[in-house]
Amino acid sequence: MSGDIIEAIKENVIQGRVTRDDEGIEEDTIGQPGVTELVNEALASGVDVSDIINNGLTASMTVVGQKFENEEYYIPDMLASAEAVGVAMEILKPHLAKSGVKPRGKILIATVKGDMHEIGKNIVSILLRGAGYNVIDLGNDVETQDIVKAVREEKPDFLGLSALLTSTMVNMEDTIKALKENGLRDKVKIIIGGAPVSQEYAERIGADGYGADGFHAVSMIETLNGGD
Amino acid sequence: MPREGILVNNPIERLSGEQVRQIHDASIEILDDPGLLCFNKNAAEIFQSHGAAVTSVSGSDTPCWTVKIPEKLVTDALEKAPKTVTLGARNPDNALVMKGDEAKVFFITGSETNMWLDVDFPTYVNKSDPKKEIKIPEFKPRRGMVADLCDSAHVCEHLETVDGYIRTVNIQDKDITEDNKDVNKFFACLNNTTKHVMSGLTTLSQLDNVVKMAEMIAGGPDKLKENPLISFITCLVKSPLQFVDDTTETFMEVCKRGLPIVVSSSPQAGTSAPIKEAGIMAQINAEVLAGITLGQLVNEGTPVLYGSVPVRARMDTLGDSYGSIETSQYNIDCVQMARFYKLPNYSTSGVSDIKIPGQQSSIERLFSDIVVALSGPQFLHCAFGLLDCNSVFCLLQAVLDDAHFQMIKFFLKSPRINEQELETVKKQIREAVVTPQKMFINYIRPVMRSGEISPPYPFEGDGDSDDVFALANERLQELRAKSVEHIDPDTTARIFREIPGLLPRLNVYKGDK
Amino acid sequence: MSEDILNQLKENVIQGRKTRDDMGIDETLSGTPGVLELTESALRNNISPEAIIKQALTPGMDVVGEKFSTKEYFIPDMLASADAVGAAMDILKPLLEESKVETKGKFVIATVKGDIHDIGKNIVAILLKGAGYQVNDIGIDVPEDKIINTVREEQPDYLGLSALLTTTMTEMDVVIKALKENNLRDKVKVLIGGAAVSDDYAKEIGADAYCTDGFQAIKLLEEFKAA
Repeated sequence: MSGDIIEAIKENVIQGRVTRDDEGIEEDTIGQPGVTELVNEALASGVDVSDIINNGLTASMTVVGQKFENEEYYIPDMLASAEAVGVAMEILKPHLAKSGVKPRGKILIATVKGDMHEIGKNIVSILLRGAGYNVIDLGNDVETQDIVKAVREEKPDFLGLSALLTSTMVNMEDTIKALKENGLRDKVKIIIGGAPVSQEYAERIGADGYGADGFHAVSMIETLNGGD
Repeated sequence: MPREGILVNNPIERLSGEQVRQIHDASIEILDDPGLLCFNKNAAEIFQSHGAAVTSVSGSDTPCWTVKIPEKLVTDALEKAPKTVTLGARNPDNALVMKGDEAKVFFITGSETNMWLDVDFPTYVNKSDPKKEIKIPEFKPRRGMVADLCDSAHVCEHLETVDGYIRTVNIQDKDITEDNKDVNKFFACLNNTTKHVMSGLTTLSQLDNVVKMAEMIAGGPDKLKENPLISFITCLVKSPLQFVDDTTETFMEVCKRGLPIVVSSSPQAGTSAPIKEAGIMAQINAEVLAGITLGQLVNEGTPVLYGSVPVRARMDTLGDSYGSIETSQYNIDCVQMARFYKLPNYSTSGVSDIKIPGQQSSIERLFSDIVVALSGPQFLHCAFGLLDCNSVFCLLQAVLDDAHFQMIKFFLKSPRINEQELETVKKQIREAVVTPQKMFINYIRPVMRSGEISPPYPFEGDGDSDDVFALANERLQELRAKSVEHIDPDTTARIFREIPGLLPRLNVYKGDK
Repeated sequence: MSEDILNQLKENVIQGRKTRDDMGIDETLSGTPGVLELTESALRNNISPEAIIKQALTPGMDVVGEKFSTKEYFIPDMLASADAVGAAMDILKPLLEESKVETKGKFVIATVKGDIHDIGKNIVAILLKGAGYQVNDIGIDVPEDKIINTVREEQPDYLGLSALLTTTMTEMDVVIKALKENNLRDKVKVLIGGAAVSDDYAKEIGADAYCTDGFQAIKLLEEFKAA
């Protein structure tokens, strides 16, 4: 029974079906339970949370990653699966402590002040959630002082900063300076991303890493996180 | 079900209705004065017996007549010529149905070249970094052989955008003579593609053998009438305004048999036709109308295509310039003239002036391919693989062209905008704007796999290198490795038994016995 | 006076104006005498045919050749000039024969049997005439025996054979063999041209040269003479 439901979760993550209303890649799946329904059902029937995460969610994202590499899957497929995992993690969050599962880490993400671009940041959020991280998205055009405040209060492991314009990317530097002034710089690892920035720029302003895209950002965070 | 072709909703037309009329009137006048010089006695007699003013030209070495064709003969012929022409195929699903009043486009190969271009990829080592190796294509021209014709028919069978096959290369093997060329040419094509096969005829004496072969493949004379899996092209009128003796004879014989035939004229603006657009248009139209008229006089109702291969002369060599912009303009004008007569057009695009594939060839051919395809010519002889003004054929270029035509085909899809479609997207917009992410990526997935999204350029290399040729070559090798449905063993055996002159090496079943 | 006429003649060769009705590159010249009229008036003024050729026609064509190589002139310009010179040569020919001035050479040209393409051959003929050769164009689709007879009777220095089709180019081989059989092969230099043929083919059938175009033909003829 628990094996069946884990299999079903796994299959629906691969299909990228968040709820029963979603279409997967296979047709005629609309109406059948999606990841949301299946995870709730699993919890209700007492399936172990770590079992759901390890065998249902993480294992299936590995399959999705392979399919992406084989060019069977495209980015929208990957995102749908990641979103399903993210939603499942939200549901599981209250149960994590009880079950003794160590969360993968907390990530604050924001598009810096003056910059309204959010698509790239949103995609990164979905992918990170799908990878099992607890992501707090502060939105776009976020004031430097608000970022500093959120870092102080939320104590995230990582801070992701995004900017799409050469005129706003300088606010990344300001943010890092402000964190230093507030004695917070060494409490958080900073990853930057967006069209105008580069590895070089990351080094110059003293960020910990540069992510060329969402996938790159995820793998960088995995590395910085100690490779687990 | 025949092949669909693509309907062009708003075809490119350069001429106004009045200009079309003016060209028509000028052509009619030219047919009456000066008329045509006719070097074929039978044709001259047929014209005379139907009321054309025919006078013998004195003082000429070869017998020759002036034929002045009255307007009535031309308009009668235009009425009698079928408005729908079916080009059959060995696989009936590959048949082409062409309606003269419809702006459709079918992509067909062409045309007979003497040279075949082999491609090799030698490796070069970077001087400053010996670890870096680059492969640069090397093109080697040589005379075309019958094995090449088989090869090209085979590959074109698998190229999705090729709707029909015109023999691409002139077969010049040592054992090919004038007497066995036609049968081998047609057999090589017919045995390696199930699509429609069109070719010119080298020797009239071989026409019956070629037709007999086609009848055997079709399943009898009646079946060939229903499914004319071969057709012919003749350039019976040499510009300016001369009926050539032998091709006119061939043309009339094909017409008598009722098989589809292209009345093709290929004037060069500047040398064999006036350099001005009005001049070449009035002349080429007169030349094609003269051919169509003769065809209908020989056999009323015989299916003909209005064939146009106009080209502008290069000013520096006086050679053909298929890459010139005017060449595309003339072609589109001819498409309009044919549509005015409600006859399917055989039009030309995509021939490049340069000798090898590369930037110039891509730019010249894509330009004319796009504009002429968008004029809706019906039969677009779109020069898959042709280079050097129609004298070199390169299979690698044909594979590259296939990618061009995929793009054009995609572009020509009708826009899918309707109430239902708009209802769906309004719902999506309302849903997405209230989400924190504000993205539509979720809606991509079902569309992505429905064929509604155009694929990326198929030969895109990664990173900083342009690997188009190497990747296209990989694709070419894949297509070569795919099998082709040949003519069945029994029919093949019969063909080899009953048709003289076929080269034994073309019999794919020979090894089985 | 005579210098004026010769200068004017040279200028009109450069302009490619055969008669007074021709336009030339300088549009204002229309209506003024062209090469034909000027040649006639030169003769009336007792200028010798030799002087006309050496001081007006040939130097005019030299300028045209230069303009062509610098891409100021295109082939139609070149042909117009060659055509004008050819017409002048037709007027001068009987006089040259009287005064026993030798022409550059006699050239018989034909498109071989089965082949009806004549544009290329016609262009070569005009250019050769313009370069001062005496050209006899015997037409298209010319059977081998007619070519042999012409060579026997006219004793040309050169024979030019043209073919555009691979099916008709083999006829060139037939013609050369027939020349040999009739002991005429060493009396005439054979040049071949046309889209289907090549240098290799010329060697294969034993022609003296292959020409890619009319200009190359003229260059080759000059080389033959120098050799």
